[in-house]
This record gives sequence, structure tokens and C-alpha cells, in this order.
Amino acid sequence: MPLELIEDPSLGSDKREGLWTLNFGPQHPATHTTLRLVLQLDGEMVIDAEPDIGFLHSGFEKLGEVLDFNQYVTIVDRMNYISPLANEIAWHHSVEKLLGIELTPRCKYIRTIFAELMRIHDHLLCTGTCVLDLGGATAFMYAFNEREAIYEICERASGQRFHTSYTRVGGLLYDVTDDWVEMVKKYCKNFPKAFRDFEGLVMKNRIFVERTRDVGVLSKEDAIAGGATGPVARASGVVRDLRRDEPYLAYDELDFDVCASQGGDCYARFQVRMMEMLESIKIIEQAIEKLPSGPIYAAGTGKETIPDKREVYRSIEGLIHHFEGIMPNRQMASPKDSVYAATESPNGELGYYIVGDGSFRAYRARTRPPSLLHFSLFARMMRGCMLSDVVAVLGSINIIAAELDR
Amino acid sequence: MATQINKQLGDNVFLTTLDAAASWGRANSLWPMPFATACCGIELMSTAASKHDLSRFGSEVMRFSPRQCDLMIVAGRVVMKMLPVLQRIWLQMPEPKWCISMGACACSGGVFDTYSVVQGIDRFMPVDVYVPGCPPRPEQLIKSILDLQAKIQSGGTVNAREFKLRVLPEGPSRFDEEELIRIRERNGFKLEDPKYDPVH
Amino acid sequence: MSNQPSTNKAVPGSTSQMESTKANLVAALPGIELTWSVFCDQDRVVFPAGSLLKVLKACKSAGFDQLTDLTAVDLLEYGNAADRFEIVYCLLNVDSGLRLIAKTHLSEPDLTIPSATQVWFGADWLEREVYDMYGIIFDGHPNFKRLLLPQEFQSFPLRKDYPVKGRGERHNFPVVTRAES
Repeated sequence: MPLELIEDPSLGSDKREGLWTLNFGPQHPATHTTLRLVLQLDGEMVIDAEPDIGFLHSGFEKLGEVLDFNQYVTIVDRMNYISPLANEIAWHHSVEKLLGIELTPRCKYIRTIFAELMRIHDHLLCTGTCVLDLGGATAFMYAFNEREAIYEICERASGQRFHTSYTRVGGLLYDVTDDWVEMVKKYCKNFPKAFRDFEGLVMKNRIFVERTRDVGVLSKEDAIAGGATGPVARASGVVRDLRRDEPYLAYDELDFDVCASQGGDCYARFQVRMMEMLESIKIIEQAIEKLPSGPIYAAGTGKETIPDKREVYRSIEGLIHHFEGIMPNRQMASPKDSVYAATESPNGELGYYIVGDGSFRAYRARTRPPSLLHFSLFARMMRGCMLSDVVAVLGSINIIAAELDR
Repeated sequence: MATQINKQLGDNVFLTTLDAAASWGRANSLWPMPFATACCGIELMSTAASKHDLSRFGSEVMRFSPRQCDLMIVAGRVVMKMLPVLQRIWLQMPEPKWCISMGACACSGGVFDTYSVVQGIDRFMPVDVYVPGCPPRPEQLIKSILDLQAKIQSGGTVNAREFKLRVLPEGPSRFDEEELIRIRERNGFKLEDPKYDPVH
Repeated sequence: MSNQPSTNKAVPGSTSQMESTKANLVAALPGIELTWSVFCDQDRVVFPAGSLLKVLKACKSAGFDQLTDLTAVDLLEYGNAADRFEIVYCLLNVDSGLRLIAKTHLSEPDLTIPSATQVWFGADWLEREVYDMYGIIFDGHPNFKRLLLPQEFQSFPLRKDYPVKGRGERHNFPVVTRAES
């Protein structure tokens, strides 16, 4: 087949006789759970890649219309399962925007710390598994060592190590304790050393560099028009970070940099992730120093928030308040309007479009998943790459199937 | 007298020992095929990774090709589109093989009682060990593998006779759905009715 | 490789910027009925479905270069809504950080609407998902079929008249027993 024909992806099927089709997934180690790709190959060169998704479509948004604002947090947990708390924070950020609740300073800071821990959590797994797929198992083990420490921090705060279901409307399930603060401080102290080892294994690994540099390039124009956000967009030169541009939680009181790169290839995406981990540690260190004391539940909002557990068990007023907040026929009333609010999740802009109908549950709970838009750009990134690059590109855009399919 | 006992026992003594030997070998060299679809897959990774090192229990050789494996770990929910894939992969695995259903979603659908999630994989394929939890802790998964090893050790036979006896579906009993639809229709429900739900 | 510091903080929805964008849009779309509203600092505009492409193209030339999200809402049980479906376009100006939520309404029986893929190609999968969940047909989409559910699936699950537990589709598979596998 002449080369000039290969380079034109819009060829008709009559000119594609020399191509062959390869099915990739849905059960393949590099598809990170359940993705399927139908690849058009010319020898080893990928001419076209058509993703087929929906192998994990579990009806999240339908459940969001059935469960109330506090119950649905257990479901959003399971959406991007490599950083569960980031989803909870995004969901309740939108709910609080709809209901007009202002958080207490302590709650804001605790949520900020968790959001940044989740960013490290996510980037570690994403990078570790990508290196595993490209043939190096050691970095994966180092990544999981650090992740286990974050699991322990989550477990200490919420009682669950994985799906924490920690946030509540206008507050948190429990307040954190002093030894939790010590744990986070210890983590911040130990992380840089572990990070140096990890970074050396990844970014200075010649095989990794050779297999990711100039692979899967996404141009800045495509990134903007295609809806790319987060590390994928920032690696293509779109310097946009919701933490800086639309400050939420306590981010406007903390000092941090937005990490970006110009390359647009897989290597640049991992570079951005690596830098972001260090920035996250910087944010956590500042936030843990500034961590204010005080209540964690927003006060004076009536039935929107449920009271602190200690109050529920120790006073009759607290018990009545809790009862009023939990019983379905006595709960809060949401405004009859809609709102879109987004947070900077580790993967990109994670937004929720909520339609309130005056009841205690969302009439429509739409998730704006970053993975969906990133994966729709996959075919563009793959053009002109080799078959072996599929794994590198998939790993670099960090597709989470549950968030993709919902 | 001795010949009589020999006649009565026949080859049984020898065969039982061979069964035990085969089961011992199988139990301690399980090759898992991680069918990881969702959250539980991350805990499965965690189990295999540095802290909870699964290789201490002789089943760390994760192989992603079903033809090399004898233990399928279904980690995570299975939905309508995925179930035919799961069954096909199960049928591709060589005998003898076992299946661990990891997590509430794979066991029963878990919190996802929705239109697209299969309410327990055991409705459509055989399962040997169920692990509860959402997701189960790595310790629980390790315990389930130890339990499976004990199960293989106690009931395994050299020519895998024990599997041939399991001819009936092992999931929750299936009722006649047609009958339920007839009852509903007799009571005035229509297919277009939003409250119409042929199963529950 | 650049590690750019957090300078030039954009103020999202800053009123003066938004007002001028609004004025531009109104000037670019004469004769089209636009209804503006604000809730929680978010600017929304409702426009008639017939002028969808015109409005979206005008939005793009007014600086909204990213389609953040595209979704739909089934208003079947929502108060006294006049139309059945609401299509929501969340737009973003990447440079200035301005957001605009553009909405239009559709009713049965004609659930056809022009595709936005020619304006933002990122609308591709989002439109397929809306079709998958609500059955709204996007005219002019290059590869129009179901995205998430199996192609042979009959219903549109996010419509309000579809039960949460489905109509038994999830139980409709052959059973593999141990002896035959």
C-alpha cells in the first residue's frame, strides 16, 4: 500500500483493502478494566482506532434520581474508583452550590487536604500501572507502597479505606482527630523521598521515555475543541486549572503553581502528573499548618445539613434535628432550578449538572466525566502511531471505565 | 485374610492418595485470571502489590490469557454488555478451574440495583467462593484464596469428577418469569406502565 | 516544559465581561428569541430549537471555544413544564474562564435536532450518549449509534417512564452450569 494513502484517515473502504482489523479488549490487562478498541492496522501502524465503550455502564445517573443528596455520595464514590474522595467532594460541591450552603473553614481545609491526597493517589496509580503495562513492575510496587499510606489516612478519618463516603451536605461524616493530623504530617515528610525513587524509576527509565516521547500527540487546538481538561489539556499547553481559575474550597488561600507543559505527548502528560504530585504535597503542607479549629457542619441552615454525630447521641435537640434531616418526608427542599458546578479532579474537570425540583433529591444528576471526553480524543491521538503505542496512550490519558460509562 | 482385605479395598487406597496429591498440587499453584472490571480490581492490584503480597500464598502468577489460568477472580460489577464476554472467557479456561466472586457487586449486584447490572454472576455461571465487602479488603481476598485452597484439598479428585455432578444452575432459584408477567397483566399492569417491573 | 506561576487570575462570570459577550450575542442573532437568566452566578440562555446551529455558531464566534458538557433532562414529571425534553449545552471560554449554559426544548413526536459536531467536534460522543439515554436524534452526526448500551437495546433508560430496575433485560441471558463448562 502506498504511504500517502495510509496518511489520509478519511479513506473510503475500497482503498482500505490492505488493512486488517484487530480487536483489543474488553478483557485485556492494558485496558485498565473494561474498554474495547477496534483498530485498523496497516502492518503495525494504526490507521484508525474506534473505541467501543459501555462495558461498565451501571446506571449511575438513574440512581442519582432515586437517592437523596446524602445517599448518592456512596454511588459517586464508585465512579472514579482510583480517587474516590475527589468524586464525593465534586458531588457535594455542586449540591452545596445548588442549595446555597457556605462551608465552615475547618471543613473546607479538611476537604482540600483530602482532594490533594486523592490527586497524589490517582497520579501514583495511573503512572504506576502505565509503567507496568510498558514492562516495568518495580515502579508499580513503589506506587502502591505510597498508596497504602493514603489508604490508612482515609481509614483513620472515615473508617473505610477505599470507598470512604466521607462528605455530607454542608459537612463531613466525622471530624478528624489530632493523630490524623500527625499522620498527614508524617506522610508529607516521607513523601518527597519516596517520590524521588519513584520518579527515577519512571521519568529516567530509558525504556519508558523512548516509548512515551512523541507518542500520542494532542495539539492545543484539538485539546480545546475536544473538551480535554486536567493533565491531558495542560500537557498540550492549555494552562487552565479550576483550582486557580474558579477557586473553590480553600484554594484561594493557599499558594501553589499550575503545572503545564507544551509537548502534548504521553511523556508530557506524565511530566505534568509528576509535577502536580509535588504541588499537592506543597498544598497539603500549607493546609495542615493552617487547619482551623471549629465546627465541621455549616450552621444555621436548618434541614439542609445533618448535625454532628456527637450532638445526635448526646442531646434531644440534636436527635430531632437528625431525624428531621434524614426522614424523607421532612427533609430539605432544593430550589426549583439547575446548576452546573465543577471541581478540578485528578483526571480533569469533574462537573455535576443538577436539576432540583423542590424535593430532597436531584431531579437529574448529570456527571460531566473527564474520561469520556478524553477517550473520544483517543482516535486523534493514535493517528500514525504503532500498535505497541496503544498501551502507552491509554495509560497516559488515564481512562477509568466506571467514570467513562457510569 | 490379607488377600480378602486387599480385594475389598481394591485400588481405592491408591486412588485416594493420588487424588490428595493432585489436589495438593492444584491448590498450591493457582494461576489467577483477574477479570477486574471495577473498584474491586484496584483492591485486587493492592493485594498483589507490595504491602499485601499475594505471592506468599502461592497464587501470584496473574495471567491475562484465560487459557493459562485455572482460577478466575471476578472483581467488580458485571453489566449486560459484559456478561457474554465473561461467560466466553470462563468457557475458554481449561479444566480444572475455579471461580471467586469478589465484592458485593459480583456476588449480588451490590448497591447497583439498576437496569443494566447483572444481579450476581452466579445467576449465569458457577461460583466457588464468594467474598463480601465493597470492596473487600486485601486480607479478605487472601482469606478467600486460602478457603479455596482448603476446598480443593478436601474435595478434589484426580480426574475432576466433582465438577461433573454440578449439573444444575447454582445461583438463586429462577422462577417462571412468564407466569409473573401473566399475573401482573391480570392485575391491570401494562408493559408501558412505569411501575411495571416484570421481575421484582 | 514550563512551570507557569499562578498569574492573571481570571474571574469567572465577571459581570462586565459577560455583559459585553451577551450584547455581542444579541447583536449577532437578530430576530431570535433569547431568554436570559442568572442563578448562582451562572448565566443561562434559552433559545428556540429551530435556530440551534445559528445560536451555537454565534456562541463559538463570541469566544466560547469549548463545549464542556452536553446533556438532556426529561421534564416529564417536572412541575408544569411545557416541553418534554431540555437539551443543555455547557459552554466555556478557555481564555477568560466565562461560562454560559445554553438550553433549548424539544417535544414529542419530533425529537430531531441538528448536531453540534460541526461546531465543536467534542460533541461527538456526548450527542451519542444523549441519544442512548433519551432517544433524541442528532441530525448530521457522522457516526450516529448507541454509545453505552448494547446496540440491540430497545428502551431509553434515563427517560422518566423507564423503571430504575429495568424491564427484565438484565435477567435475559443463558446460564452456564459447571458440568457443561
